[in-house]
Amino acid sequence: MMASSSGGSWKSGGGDGGVSDQFPAGLRVLVVDDDSTCLMILEKMLRHCNYEVTKCNRAEVALSYLRENKNGFDVVISDVHMPDMDGFKLLEHIGLEMDLPVIMMSADDSKSVVMKGVTHGACDYLIKPVRIEALRNIWQHMVRRRKHEWKDFDQSASADEQKPPEEPDYSSSANEGNNWKNTKRRKDEEDEAEERDDSSSLKKPRVVWSVELHQQFVAAVNQLGIDKAVPKKILELMNVPGLMRENVASHLQKYRLYLRRLSGSQLPGGMNSGFMGGPDAGYGPMSSLNGLDLQALAASGQLSQLPPQSLATLQAVALGRSNNSKSVIDQRNIFSFENPKSRYSEVQSQHLNNNNNINNSNNNNNNNNISSNINNNSKQMNLLPGIPTNIEPKQFVSLHQSGQHSFGSMNNQVQIQMGGQSQSQHQVQSNTNAHMLTRGAVDMSSKVYNPVVSVSQASSVNSYPLGGSLGNPNVRATPSGDGNLDAKVSVGGIVPSYDVFYDLSQTREWSLQDSGLTYDQSSLLLQHNHSSGSEMREQNQNLGGGKVMFSPAVDTRTHLNGSNIGQQRNTYIKTESHSDGSFHNTMYSEQYGQDDLLAAILKQQQGVGQLNNEFGFDGYALDDLPV
Amino acid sequence: MDQRNQMHRHIANTRKSLFDQGYLDEQFIQLEELQDNSNPNFVEEVVTLFYRDSARFLSNLDQALEKRPLDFNKLDSLMHQFKSSSTSIGAKKVKTECTHFRNYCNARNAEGCKRTFQNVKKEYTTLRKKLEAYFQMSRQVGPIETACRSR
Repeated sequence: MMASSSGGSWKSGGGDGGVSDQFPAGLRVLVVDDDSTCLMILEKMLRHCNYEVTKCNRAEVALSYLRENKNGFDVVISDVHMPDMDGFKLLEHIGLEMDLPVIMMSADDSKSVVMKGVTHGACDYLIKPVRIEALRNIWQHMVRRRKHEWKDFDQSASADEQKPPEEPDYSSSANEGNNWKNTKRRKDEEDEAEERDDSSSLKKPRVVWSVELHQQFVAAVNQLGIDKAVPKKILELMNVPGLMRENVASHLQKYRLYLRRLSGSQLPGGMNSGFMGGPDAGYGPMSSLNGLDLQALAASGQLSQLPPQSLATLQAVALGRSNNSKSVIDQRNIFSFENPKSRYSEVQSQHLNNNNNINNSNNNNNNNNISSNINNNSKQMNLLPGIPTNIEPKQFVSLHQSGQHSFGSMNNQVQIQMGGQSQSQHQVQSNTNAHMLTRGAVDMSSKVYNPVVSVSQASSVNSYPLGGSLGNPNVRATPSGDGNLDAKVSVGGIVPSYDVFYDLSQTREWSLQDSGLTYDQSSLLLQHNHSSGSEMREQNQNLGGGKVMFSPAVDTRTHLNGSNIGQQRNTYIKTESHSDGSFHNTMYSEQYGQDDLLAAILKQQQGVGQLNNEFGFDGYALDDLPV
Repeated sequence: MDQRNQMHRHIANTRKSLFDQGYLDEQFIQLEELQDNSNPNFVEEVVTLFYRDSARFLSNLDQALEKRPLDFNKLDSLMHQFKSSSTSIGAKKVKTECTHFRNYCNARNAEGCKRTFQNVKKEYTTLRKKLEAYFQMSRQVGPIETACRSR
């Protein structure tokens, strides 16, 4: 329903187009800083820029504002160093759930921290003390994001309604703004609409993936088997009038991403370049998602609210993440995994090592395994040669474990080969991190999750959940080239290597707030991220078998698109959940739906385990993917 | 009238000396520029807020410095917060001492930390006294035209 919104949320403006004169006046900024002095100053400065400012000194409060008011803000400015929640974590949450541009700030101007901001998907990084001049231009981030979304939307118009920009209508961006407004308005109004109400409209109406719809989707996917779940068939099974293949395809992508994230979130590194690569990029990897992923997701039925884009994002993230080395990526982005030697791989190794440490301390057995693996493998992971992938320790660990080997060598081609192999490998999961990619080339079957490097890093595109709305960017992964490295972190699942418990607690909060499904993808991812991060680890342990394994995304993309950076795309994630379903459920189940989802996934995985014997991407109708 | 002018001049000079002597830097000017009719005491309000937060930071640091062994990471983190706050109001000397402290933290030098912390406190106290005097003067003469912003 394309409602023609009139300027919607742009408060300063009146009707359509009315705001453009005033823009960027009225830009709605949320400022988060635990230091009240800084907060006061920033607020004043922002008001002097004629922005609408909301301030809060606690990250959780900020998140709740954002959640309650999904379209209530245009941009978020957050301090890095906060006692209740690390700024980067907040950044991830926001990226996953809301896809808003987030600007980080800190008195710390050390390169590593700034880089962290980049990899986590911040669209800018300000050094304190912040001058008012620096704040005057923050509106550009919002515009840029919309623009990318819009562009991606256009490009991927083949069907998928990549998420229409969810940002507040921003009339000043001219037509784009209007379009967005419309879509946004529609989104706002759709609420729980299950189907597109207007299938005859020219512009593809956004499909709102309600709980029921999503459950139908998941059921269909499960029925088909994650490997064989192709949009066409899913669509047939679902038998929902008005639903189009494209909708399903995009949702499928997201779902896969989500699954990937669940299992592989631990591996932050994956640059999802593949996904993000370009509009089409997103699709490629997605297809690779195993049926497992889908099933898992489906099982939990949690994805219901995932907007297609989010799903794509999820996938992207997942892909990106797990696949440190491989991911395809998009040209822009990222990191070419192929290059294990890239200097970043070292960085990543370090990350891994660090993670290991963390993991070890936090987790029990599994982690140890992982860590050792990681250490060993760290070299291989070349996460993003150019850009340090956001390797979250936790995630990374998990990824590494399995993936290490694979990645190292993988760079894309490998993955495919891996697929065939080892099923056994993925069993490895002993590492709990199940997601992780099975060792080296292994087994693709094991569904190593090769995180695709998230494109987002490259540019403001946030293909990853973190970065931006899940929905859109991911698929796009288009590093927009903006110069901004929006490293939205390697993809959704980036779970900072923060204290595990912290993560846990954080997640819990989300779940409470998020009422499970309604999040747009981001919460799903977020949760997973967390879970994938610290929690995953813990949970993974429980999981044992049920881990969701992501198989390295083989370079399906290359197959598909050829255009994609050949190798990069490889990361597809095949999630295989091994037997142990206990995994997330234990921890998360009460926290959020995702846990259930994950649990479900895991359970399913067990059965499904065999799915991926080979990368099987071929099995997927890649061509089915709307590109 | 003349006395008022004199007062104004005195205040302006005091202000200038704060900059010249390195107690304040450009950030303080940024704050002054934010002050307007709708918020005529903005700078003083911010600085007051800073005092309040600082009291807490410094007390936390004091406590942390008494632990044995010293937790350098925590010290660094606490000092980072204080430094960040100081930076935001343009407290230049304080900021410099904070940096020294953090350097010692990174070097795991307990003695250095304790020593520089004393300096931090000293600079903070000095600045606070000067600013309080400055604001008091300003209030006496009414709204001050922060004219010559000598940078």
